[in-house]
Amino acid sequence: MLREIPVTRIQEAVETLLSEAAYRLPADYLAALEAAAPVEPSPLGRQVIELLLENSAYAQAEQIPTCQDTGMAILFLEVGQDVHFTGGDLDAAIQNGVRAAYGGLRKSVVGDPICRANTGDNTPGLIHFEIVPGDRVTVTALQKGFGAELMSRLQMFPPSVGVEGVNRFVVETVELAGPNACPPLIVGVGLGGAFDTVAHLAKKALLRPIGSTHPAPHLAALEAELLDAINRTGIGPQGLGGRVTALAVHIESAATHIGALPVAVNLNCSAPRRARVEI
Amino acid sequence: MLTPPFTETDLLPLRAGDSIRISGVIYTARDAAHKRLAELIERGDPLPVALAGQAIYYVGPAPAKEGHVIGPAGPTTSGRMDAYTVPLLRLGVKLLIGKGYRSPEVKAALVEQRAIYAAAVGGAAALLARHIHSSRVVVWPELGTEAIHELTVEGFPAIVINDCHGGDAYAVGRAAWEKREEIVNGE
Repeated sequence: MLREIPVTRIQEAVETLLSEAAYRLPADYLAALEAAAPVEPSPLGRQVIELLLENSAYAQAEQIPTCQDTGMAILFLEVGQDVHFTGGDLDAAIQNGVRAAYGGLRKSVVGDPICRANTGDNTPGLIHFEIVPGDRVTVTALQKGFGAELMSRLQMFPPSVGVEGVNRFVVETVELAGPNACPPLIVGVGLGGAFDTVAHLAKKALLRPIGSTHPAPHLAALEAELLDAINRTGIGPQGLGGRVTALAVHIESAATHIGALPVAVNLNCSAPRRARVEI
Repeated sequence: MLTPPFTETDLLPLRAGDSIRISGVIYTARDAAHKRLAELIERGDPLPVALAGQAIYYVGPAPAKEGHVIGPAGPTTSGRMDAYTVPLLRLGVKLLIGKGYRSPEVKAALVEQRAIYAAAVGGAAALLARHIHSSRVVVWPELGTEAIHELTVEGFPAIVINDCHGGDAYAVGRAAWEKREEIVNGE
């Protein structure tokens, strides 16, 4: 049985998600940040965490963005295979939603990486589709700031590096990023797949709520081990020294080739804007 | 409280890790404006803003909501400006405000030119904007958020990262907390 969904509903969902994400940080993130304040032994680090919480409360009350970099819009659509979109071009509808949401937000997109002319309306948003069973559509929006994006890394390792090699690469990425990525971070790790898949997995890992763990016990254990190692680097909030360098490490993994151990690390900053709706 | 234009007497006593407050006029510039400034300097042309003794804040502000003078305005990553920074320091820019690591060349030039690099808290953009009391575009309006803005700030908070003496707050801060087992396990 086909379910018809007009593309305007997707457009409205995209606009609402992105508009609200700009000033309302996810509840799971704020809870984790609040819990981190008393654990941070560095007085300066604690001050930074308290300032970030105050900034979030002020932004929400005033309905102004928490961070001036409202990023690129990255949209994940899980589309039920029984859905039929009606009333026009879905991609155009999504871009209209992005354009409308960014009316009062910063325009941070250039149309060409070499010529670098600003598109003037923050389009295009980057769109990922996934076909799933059922007749529902889930839209998840990330407003991805590029301070942290710029410090993200990918490496196609040989299998011989093993879990130690993965561990070293993830911690090294956080160390190279230091203050640039605006810690406390959320660290998305992709493992496996091919060159393109592993980057996508790392980004998808950022969609998971803080507090969730990977269903596979060995990967859940690796998440905990990596978080511990990252929080021993001493980088701390804003890189000024301290314990709370990251609030969470999320791993997403996929099957891969006998000859490879692909690893990607996608960092998210202390303003991790994310919102989700099911239609 | 520090007020531009700065003199050596203002900046020499400052040490990496010090909290500072800035009041007065500061100028914004990020990637695109730096590229243009560097091209003017290379050609020997005059700059559209007199920067000797002044402060540059690496920021691309968000649009102002009605009733606000400016939108959220937190620091962007300073390292992207490293390639353009040494000539600006030689022209007499005295205070750089952003966030994140600087290159060895920039750190050496800060010592040589007696200038300071300070960080504002990234992600606290909405609160930082409250310290900005006026904003106007000075030049290159076609760059949008990347145009050079003149901001009047009051008590704008920052932390000295690289001082005139080679001090580095990121290196010191990290070393103080790295691998401290008792901190990690025994809170």
